[in-house]
Amino acid sequence: MADLSVDFAGIKSKNPFWLASGPPTNTGYQVQRAFEAGWGGAVWKTLGDPIVNVTSRFAGLHYNGQRVAGFNNIELITDRPLEVNLEEIYETKKKFPDRVIIASLMVEPEQEKWHEIVKRVEDVGVDGLELNFGCPHGMAERGMGSASGQVPELVEKQTYWAKEAAETPVIVKLTPNITDITATAYAAAQGGADAISLINTINSLMGIDLDTWNTIPNVAGKGTHGGYCGPAVKPIALNMVGECARQQDINLPISGIGGIENWKDAAEFMLMGATAVQVCTAAMHHGFRIVEDMIDGLSNYLDGKGLSSVTALIGQSVPKYMDWGDLDLNHRVVAHINNDTCINCNKCYIACEDGAHQCIERVTDECGRSLLKVREEDCVGCNLCSVVCPVDGAIDMIEKPGEKPMTWNERQVLLNTL
Amino acid sequence: MNAPEKRLWRNFDEVKLDLKPKEVMEEANRCLYCYDAPCTKACPTGIDIPSFIKKIATGNLKGSARVIMEANPMGATCARVCPTEELCEGSCVLNDASLPIMIGDLQRHATNWAIKNQQQLFQAGKANGKTVAIIGSGPAGLSAARELARLGYKVIIYEKKEKAGGLDTYGIVPFRLPQKISLWEVKQVEQLGVEIRTNTEIGKDIDAETIMNQYDAVVLAIGMSTVPMLGIPGEELNGVYDAIQLIERVKDGQITDYFIGKRAAVIGAGNTAIDAATCLKRLGADNVKMIYRRTEAEMTAYPFEYAFAKEEGIEFRWLTQPKAIIDDGQGHVGKMECVDMKLGETDTSGRRRPVEVKDSKFTIDVDVVVKAIGQTRYTGLIDAFGLAHDGGVVKVDPKTYQTSNEKVFAAGDVIFGKGKGEAMVVSAAEQGKRAASAIHEQMLSRI
Repeated sequence: MADLSVDFAGIKSKNPFWLASGPPTNTGYQVQRAFEAGWGGAVWKTLGDPIVNVTSRFAGLHYNGQRVAGFNNIELITDRPLEVNLEEIYETKKKFPDRVIIASLMVEPEQEKWHEIVKRVEDVGVDGLELNFGCPHGMAERGMGSASGQVPELVEKQTYWAKEAAETPVIVKLTPNITDITATAYAAAQGGADAISLINTINSLMGIDLDTWNTIPNVAGKGTHGGYCGPAVKPIALNMVGECARQQDINLPISGIGGIENWKDAAEFMLMGATAVQVCTAAMHHGFRIVEDMIDGLSNYLDGKGLSSVTALIGQSVPKYMDWGDLDLNHRVVAHINNDTCINCNKCYIACEDGAHQCIERVTDECGRSLLKVREEDCVGCNLCSVVCPVDGAIDMIEKPGEKPMTWNERQVLLNTL
Repeated sequence: MNAPEKRLWRNFDEVKLDLKPKEVMEEANRCLYCYDAPCTKACPTGIDIPSFIKKIATGNLKGSARVIMEANPMGATCARVCPTEELCEGSCVLNDASLPIMIGDLQRHATNWAIKNQQQLFQAGKANGKTVAIIGSGPAGLSAARELARLGYKVIIYEKKEKAGGLDTYGIVPFRLPQKISLWEVKQVEQLGVEIRTNTEIGKDIDAETIMNQYDAVVLAIGMSTVPMLGIPGEELNGVYDAIQLIERVKDGQITDYFIGKRAAVIGAGNTAIDAATCLKRLGADNVKMIYRRTEAEMTAYPFEYAFAKEEGIEFRWLTQPKAIIDDGQGHVGKMECVDMKLGETDTSGRRRPVEVKDSKFTIDVDVVVKAIGQTRYTGLIDAFGLAHDGGVVKVDPKTYQTSNEKVFAAGDVIFGKGKGEAMVVSAAEQGKRAASAIHEQMLSRI
């Protein structure tokens, strides 16, 4: 069995699966249950000055009968007294010394406030700190969360203040509600952060109730934007992780967050540069027990790949992620429909006809069977047909010999030298 | 109904339950929404199945019911009685990849919604001053009436029976199709301004000639008649029933405790025979045997009907021919005399002809004999309209359903000839639609 342990910015974790700061890490009771289930670490629900929450708070995006393709919330940071949280952190760490507890922190952007909270949480034995510069709702209206996370100078300054007091590693959690996340990642690095974690939730409004015309969720008939997460945000998170990972001047370990719900998602984030991952929505949807297959599946995957340690995955796909201008313009693939596997739903036909390049033909064979055929000379290899095909193996994208590789950037250089 | 009859009537609740709301959504979302879908092509009425299923998935139930009923005015009935595994579901592309979509059940869900929410799905067209008489209010007649009313025709339907709906109202066992479903479809048509004159028999209450003179066009949709005579001794005894009439009474809620504990023999092995047999069982008959002179391979009942009969505990006696029904001494059925058969040469129907095995006579003890060996034709009525026919099967143009009289069109079982596939409600509905459209074209061509 492959070794799943990781060293994240000096924090040793028996596996790369941590619970992200959120409702599942609200109490010692929950975090201890999670550790019993096998989670390697937990980022405690954000600590700060006590707040008051509203009801209701959550909403799900349900897609074609499937629950929670996406999820949003308008819940704030912990609504329990700091002393209670600190006591429970202490108890939990004592019971599970081999597990990682990170304290998520959010205070007003003042040096003393940061110094004070850092000291108080480190006193109860946390393994690290995560600065919550990400939550987009509620707290942001008071100048915290994403309000400070969207301003690189504030990120740098507050990171620096935390680092001034901290003895444990400082992880800066980034908001995706920004045009270029590498700008704030860079600011965190400049402030002395030991690591970054991303992404926090995305500004969102889940929906409108068509009977009442209320927002979803609503509080006494009124709504406000929330933070979006869950499987639907994974591609956004994966890109942002990739963008930070491939940036040479942000040389920090990354904790990947965003729509991770199984070992495959975790492996993808690690391949794209994350050293460890955090999970919240999936645990809220299914319970802590999901970690069992995350561990088992990842381990079997590594064994199958002949890898002895999960660390062998970290960053392997990063060199393959680049600017569009560095892609080979002469690479050519075309769609091929395997008529033995094809079930003739004609989804690819209509998709190509209306949404792509009109290169799938409906023909009749000698037995009178209707068949779909790709007119290869017109196929641009866009993948749309294989994307919409409901049957695995019915459409393959086949590589065709192309001309000598040349990227857009190379082409421009060549044109300029002519 | 007395108390035991009420108890028996409960046996006639629909066998198949409605899909539960979650089943509906899972199934509707599982549909691939194929383009140029094979299910639609396999539907005799051409219902745009992916469209109505998508509308269920989006919560547009009214739109869904409308798509169904637009193509098939008997859409609620067909959701229950169509041999879907041979039509839409049989052609679902998911047969090859997983399991076919439960199209019939989804159709039932959408039409149930329309029934429950008392939706009138269509409106009558602007009156065009033309009149059409329709003889018979079964699926073919109603379907033609619905289409003609939407095109602005004044339509009068003549119906011999007390209630409209024909086979759907009287001929399909209630545990497959409750009568109220058929009556809802009738109401949908009536609400378009179609007048249905029930208890009105051609030749008795009004004659064919009057109708021919009074209307611009006539649709003959009279279906078929009673079961023919067996032509064996004892047929007049008490305890001998016609399957069609037996089912009709049950369907109409006329339940009797007479059959409780009785031993019954049903002669024939088509869908009607099976319906009669399963009705008898639900009416309390102790033992029901189906007597058929050929074998399982030649029976005309749908496989699902046959499977259902076996589940209900119906016994099958293949290669058996009744020769006489024997009096119990009190004018009532006591025994039935039969002979063994064997299959010989292939006959004109393409099936092997049953031949009597010599000296194979035997008797079975029975209290009830039900005849289900096909249906006779309303030949006299067809003659009254002066239409060319072939043994009671009215001859029509296969495209326009026009008869030998250019003013008269015919649809449904009245044109259903032997050896032409199955007589299905869905086919009758389609023929009614096509006849209506041909009438409209004929009228337009006269302008």
